[in-house]
Amino acid sequence: TAPVQVQLVVPVAVVFSPGSVPGDLPRPLPFRDVQEMEISVNLRTSVTSRYEMVFRGTTAQEEAALAAATAREADAALHLLQDSSMGSLTMYVVPDTSFLLPQGISVYVGKHRSALVRAGGSLAALHARLQQVTQAMSFTATSIAAALSDRVPNGHLSPDARRNLKSSLGYEITFSLLNPDPKSHAVDWDIEDAVNRYVKPVVDKLSLVANFSVDSQILYYAVLGVTPRYDKESSSFLLSAHSLPHVINPVEARLGSSAASLYPVLNFLLYVPERSHSPLYIQDKDGAPVSTNAFHSPRWGGIMVYNVEAPASPQASLPLHVDVDMARVMGVFLAQLRLLFGLSREELPPEFLLESPGNEGLADWELDHLLWAHTVENIATVSTTLTSLAQLLDKIGNIVIKDDVASEVYRAVASVQSAVAKLAVGHLHSAFQASKEAVTSSERAFFDPSLLHLLYFPDDQKFAIYIPLFLPMAVPILLSLAKIVRETRQRKKEPTKMD
Amino acid sequence: VCTSRFWFNYRHVANTLSVYRSVKRLGIPDSHIVLMLADDMACNPRNPKPATVFSHKNMELNVYGDDVEVDYRSYEVTVENFLRVLTGRIPPSTPRSKRLLSDDRSNILIYMTGHGGNGFLKFQDSEEITNVELADAFEQMWQKRRYNELLFIIDTCQGASMYERFYSPNIMALASSQVGEDSLSHQPDLGIGVHLMDRYTFYVLEFLEEIHPASQTNMNDLFQVCPKSLCVSTPGHRTDLFQRDPQNVLITDFFGSVRKVEITTETISLNRDLAGFESK
Repeated sequence: TAPVQVQLVVPVAVVFSPGSVPGDLPRPLPFRDVQEMEISVNLRTSVTSRYEMVFRGTTAQEEAALAAATAREADAALHLLQDSSMGSLTMYVVPDTSFLLPQGISVYVGKHRSALVRAGGSLAALHARLQQVTQAMSFTATSIAAALSDRVPNGHLSPDARRNLKSSLGYEITFSLLNPDPKSHAVDWDIEDAVNRYVKPVVDKLSLVANFSVDSQILYYAVLGVTPRYDKESSSFLLSAHSLPHVINPVEARLGSSAASLYPVLNFLLYVPERSHSPLYIQDKDGAPVSTNAFHSPRWGGIMVYNVEAPASPQASLPLHVDVDMARVMGVFLAQLRLLFGLSREELPPEFLLESPGNEGLADWELDHLLWAHTVENIATVSTTLTSLAQLLDKIGNIVIKDDVASEVYRAVASVQSAVAKLAVGHLHSAFQASKEAVTSSERAFFDPSLLHLLYFPDDQKFAIYIPLFLPMAVPILLSLAKIVRETRQRKKEPTKMD
Repeated sequence: VCTSRFWFNYRHVANTLSVYRSVKRLGIPDSHIVLMLADDMACNPRNPKPATVFSHKNMELNVYGDDVEVDYRSYEVTVENFLRVLTGRIPPSTPRSKRLLSDDRSNILIYMTGHGGNGFLKFQDSEEITNVELADAFEQMWQKRRYNELLFIIDTCQGASMYERFYSPNIMALASSQVGEDSLSHQPDLGIGVHLMDRYTFYVLEFLEEIHPASQTNMNDLFQVCPKSLCVSTPGHRTDLFQRDPQNVLITDFFGSVRKVEITTETISLNRDLAGFESK
């Protein structure tokens, strides 16, 4: 694989509020410190993380903001005072006795790019806590290894690591309503409103990462491929965890996708079970019903089961009109979307309190988390693509590179160099944009239709074709040429002889 | 991929369609299958039973129903198009169904049938693909991580020569006959007047009929299919490039599609009434 050496620089500001400065600080505030760590993926790929930390005291305005009643208000006020460019982080250290953080919580992570950290006694304890928070809010060794998963030697990676969506220029999101029993349920979902109200804010926030297109469809008489089991105790139908993988394929055949776009498709299905199979619950591995009644498949999408209550009286007229509670449904689908991108909040330790991002779907630091991973992945992809293109050219010496392919290659090289340079300075946004351009150019160059090696003939084939053609013709020509040469030589000799 | 043209090569189209059927039955949707048939047997003027392609004697099983989606048909099945599909170097105007949109987690099954020789496979009676070109195409796929694991099955004469030159990792190959041997056809049907299937594919299909999506049968069983007594030729296989032990590779890893799923335990609580949002 092509060698990749990238340095990721994260500017971090650690701000001490009055009363929180630990006694054993090595130098008086303000001072700078750098923490470097190497994440080595394989022999030729290494990523160095470099946290450039500035330790300082609070300004008067920040002190006023920290005097707020709750952490959330403090975070909102502090956000206005920060210089929160992408990729940077600000940590506010509050005294142990502060009321901003509830009992048992040592870190509060806001929804922008800052966190409130309890001082915690010694400098060493504070350092450990700071390292944990900064890594969680930017990138960890695991997240980088997952982004570079195709370079990690087999066996070193856990089987779940290759499950995040690969970095792509765009994604297509399709919401599908599956109604297998239209005679019993007339299901009405106001998808357009739901998309504008709930999906659009999230997609707008993610628009930095990629282009998203959203569509929806309703499928009638589409059944799950698996028959659920009836459980007498709960008088409901159950789908066990090990039957879930077989649910997706029979449905996928009917889902369809846009013929024109080549972007990966994320399918979110809402299944309303038939009257005869209601209510339907999904069981997890331990046999307990799942609270969301939903499951997802990495790099594919998610399915949620929406149960309709039985009609009050058995004589109720069918079909029952069902108005889908889109807020609840979208809450699950958008959570699944986050999980598909690899943004999980469950991996953080319990003493961390995370501010909910609300309708935006993800916090600013989670966006940064995605951008770090995608930028590294893009750079590695470009490096592999260009190297293998060079190897192809070495192998087939007489391949013709068209001018536009050549210019794409130059552009890709320039962009990837710019991306690496920007990462080394801590400009995450422009580094990501440069890496996206590099990927576009390198893919265009590599997949250019003119590079099919079939079109270029090896030399021995050329000999094999032309020699049988020209040799028989060449023989009389050469012989007569030889004859002409001999005659002219003789004629030249003749005059001297006759002299 | 069926590479042969002309009515008397009916069996190659029947081979391909039967494998296509099995693969669909085991769960792979059409959007994930690229089917290339070099000639149209069902609507061929010499077909006494039009719109059908049978794979069993006495016309038991029609493999050409109404949900067969052929992606490359007739003269579109060329070596160039085949290599373009594999390597992805396809003109931008090609629709999604004609592309191989695989990534580094895709397991790919490639089944090819037709007439072949020592180191080549004949396409359309006018061109050939050599084992070197095929090996290079797989290497290009590996470089771009277009597959996780690849299973290559070939049913032609001297089929084993086609996988001799592979050098990319994670490829397993099966062939119906060794170099120097011919693969033979299975049974003629007097009603249609041609041989309906090839022996190797016939026995592979009998084996696949017993597989269902949750089955745990592994690759070693597939290697045993069609011994010399039944097949007359000696089927071969190659697993040295494959990282896992064939014992641990399930048939459904390639022929069917079993996805990894996770239970969703997180939700987002959304604010229903968004101040400042105008609903029309």
